[in-house]
Amino acid sequence: MRRYVLRRLAQIVVTLYLYLTLVFFILEAIPGDVSQIYIQNPLLTKEVREQLIRDLGLDKPIHERYFTYLANFFMGRWGTSFSHDRPVWDIIIERLPRTALLFLTATLISFYLGFVLGKIIAWRRGQLAEYASTVAGITLFTVFTPMLALLLVWVFSLQLHLFPIANFLDENKWQLVSLRAETIFNYMLLTLGVVTIVGLGLWWAAHRFIYRPWTRFFVLLGGFTGLFALTGYLWIAFGQCWDAFPQYGGRICNWQLAGDILYHMVLPVLNVTLISFGGTMLLMRNSMLETIREDFVMAAKAKGLPDSQVRDKHAARNAMLPVVTSFVLSLALAIDGGIITETLFSWPGMGLTLLSAVQEKDMPLAVAALVFVGVFALIAHLVADVLYAYLDPRIRYD
Amino acid sequence: MIKPETEEQARKSVTKLTVPHVPLWRIRIRLLWRSARDSWAMFSESKIGLTGLAIIVFFGLAGLAYPILRATVWSGPRYDPILASPPPVVEECIPGENCAPLPPSPEHLLGTDPYGRDILSQLLYGTRAAFVLGIFAALITVVIGTAVGAISAYYGGFVDTFFMRLADIILLFPLIAFLIVLSGLYASFGSQMDFWTLAIILGIYNGFGAITIVLKSQALSIKVKPYIEAAKVAGGSNAHIIMRHIIPNVLPLSFLYMMFTVTNAIFSEAVLSFFGLVDIKMSWGLMINVTRDAGYLGATTMMKFWWLWLPAGLSITLLCAAFYLVGRGLDEIINPRLRRR
Repeated sequence: MRRYVLRRLAQIVVTLYLYLTLVFFILEAIPGDVSQIYIQNPLLTKEVREQLIRDLGLDKPIHERYFTYLANFFMGRWGTSFSHDRPVWDIIIERLPRTALLFLTATLISFYLGFVLGKIIAWRRGQLAEYASTVAGITLFTVFTPMLALLLVWVFSLQLHLFPIANFLDENKWQLVSLRAETIFNYMLLTLGVVTIVGLGLWWAAHRFIYRPWTRFFVLLGGFTGLFALTGYLWIAFGQCWDAFPQYGGRICNWQLAGDILYHMVLPVLNVTLISFGGTMLLMRNSMLETIREDFVMAAKAKGLPDSQVRDKHAARNAMLPVVTSFVLSLALAIDGGIITETLFSWPGMGLTLLSAVQEKDMPLAVAALVFVGVFALIAHLVADVLYAYLDPRIRYD
Repeated sequence: MIKPETEEQARKSVTKLTVPHVPLWRIRIRLLWRSARDSWAMFSESKIGLTGLAIIVFFGLAGLAYPILRATVWSGPRYDPILASPPPVVEECIPGENCAPLPPSPEHLLGTDPYGRDILSQLLYGTRAAFVLGIFAALITVVIGTAVGAISAYYGGFVDTFFMRLADIILLFPLIAFLIVLSGLYASFGSQMDFWTLAIILGIYNGFGAITIVLKSQALSIKVKPYIEAAKVAGGSNAHIIMRHIIPNVLPLSFLYMMFTVTNAIFSEAVLSFFGLVDIKMSWGLMINVTRDAGYLGATTMMKFWWLWLPAGLSITLLCAAFYLVGRGLDEIINPRLRRR
């Protein structure tokens, strides 16, 4: 296993290098260069223009610029954003957690739902439910994302008045709070991480040490209720409180601010969930249809096991592998797919940052964001491979 | 009792027995026709595929109808999908009532856009753009994917490793982000990414991606078949074997992937023109972009001016879904593991 991981790690380093090179040369291949952004300004004299080209290093030969680019990437010198007037690195670090939380939540929900539904409709092949869900799945898979987002806004915000239309938080609520939204947001991420780890531990322990199904069920129920109650208590008891405008009760506490962010997150999460749910369901259905034909499924049926057990424990677990790959790949491409959703819901994550950087001709930020998206994807790919090798021993030994 | 035959008679009966001389191309066409008929019989069993095909035919007819309609019923500048005709002078302009964008009426079946252009005419014009872009990109993809897949399966070794690693990168490549940055760079350098550049980029991108992995594994299973050995023994060159034996056998699968590529290309173009990043005269994505820029996608105006964005959005969704459905239908024919029988 360790040898496999090391080998994949080496391959990832090579791939990363190739990716960086590819990006550099594609950007080089476009007619024109960055200095043209300034050159369009008619007030610049010829001397200033030449000075500019020298300062930007554009007079150097291409191989020298290539090595500078690589060195700067690995040293973390990512430049300064034109439009924000801040180091690019700071902006990315600020925006990445927002995208991560949004997409982690949405992807987890959609993959769980897609997995469960896909396995059920494959099992009931030929029934009306299968046709209906296949059509729904394909529609969701191919729907034009902006249109879906608009429809969601129309139904949930304008008709039902359930959720806010867009944005990351309600500025009026935060007016008198002298705490940055990032701080609260990082606490939220921390909480989520701790709760996930403790929850998984609880789940594992219950399955390892308790054998009676009903006892296990009640222990888990109690455990999770306790966990959530404790988290909520800690947030309420130890959070600071701030003055607020009278319409918000004059007083607003950290847990309410966190709630505000979560409240704004619902619609974007729903949008991403719906889109990625369709693909997962179809993938699971196909994979399941292939697995059902295997002999071991027949053997399990012949043993007289109940249908649900054959489906869940014998077929679905083996059919799960492509879905796991697709899960990690979709996490890897989260930023890419998030551009549309983030733009339409004004969610200030990586995707929106990239798009607005491009629209404001802020090339250092745009290129850095693009490179970062690729690096993020590569790391996720490595995780996928390791996970895959863990789930399927055949891969480790080839 | 057997009749004794003269030499003359014997020769006659032999000439009768020989197969009448038919040129090879006619046999080929007959075989092609037969396999097409069989495939169609299988394809027509899949309701999904037929639905998709029906939608594609519908949009295809709509695209063909555009020049005819433009020449007959829609003559005149008011139906020009690209150039806005000068708006009629009204005393008090109320958008949606007496001022563009006008709601659907017998004159403009789907209303007009914020510049007074006919929406239906734009929609039909955009159909052609979507088809041309999707199919052009998909053809590039299929040519590259098939060639690369066959070559890396046949030669293996370094070539194979190189193309498979490249496919790995492509699988993880943030396409939308990349296209946005690319078109942004084009824009800041004083030009704009045009339609054909976009189609070529999409075609190349997809051609080195997932399709090569799938086609390579298919080609590998063909490479070990006895008839490849036979062709080698008979003295067939590498190029001959790849062109005549491997590629024809992976073509059905590459045709299947062509469908998925069309979906991908149409969707990518729609997203990019939705953000206003492509130099294109009119397309479905651009129609929504115009609506957005004119401020009709706001909370209060969105549903009041539904005809500005809903038809275009639905068209993108439907056409993407249609090609995807045909792909799924073909999948059930080509992939034996999904077959019902």
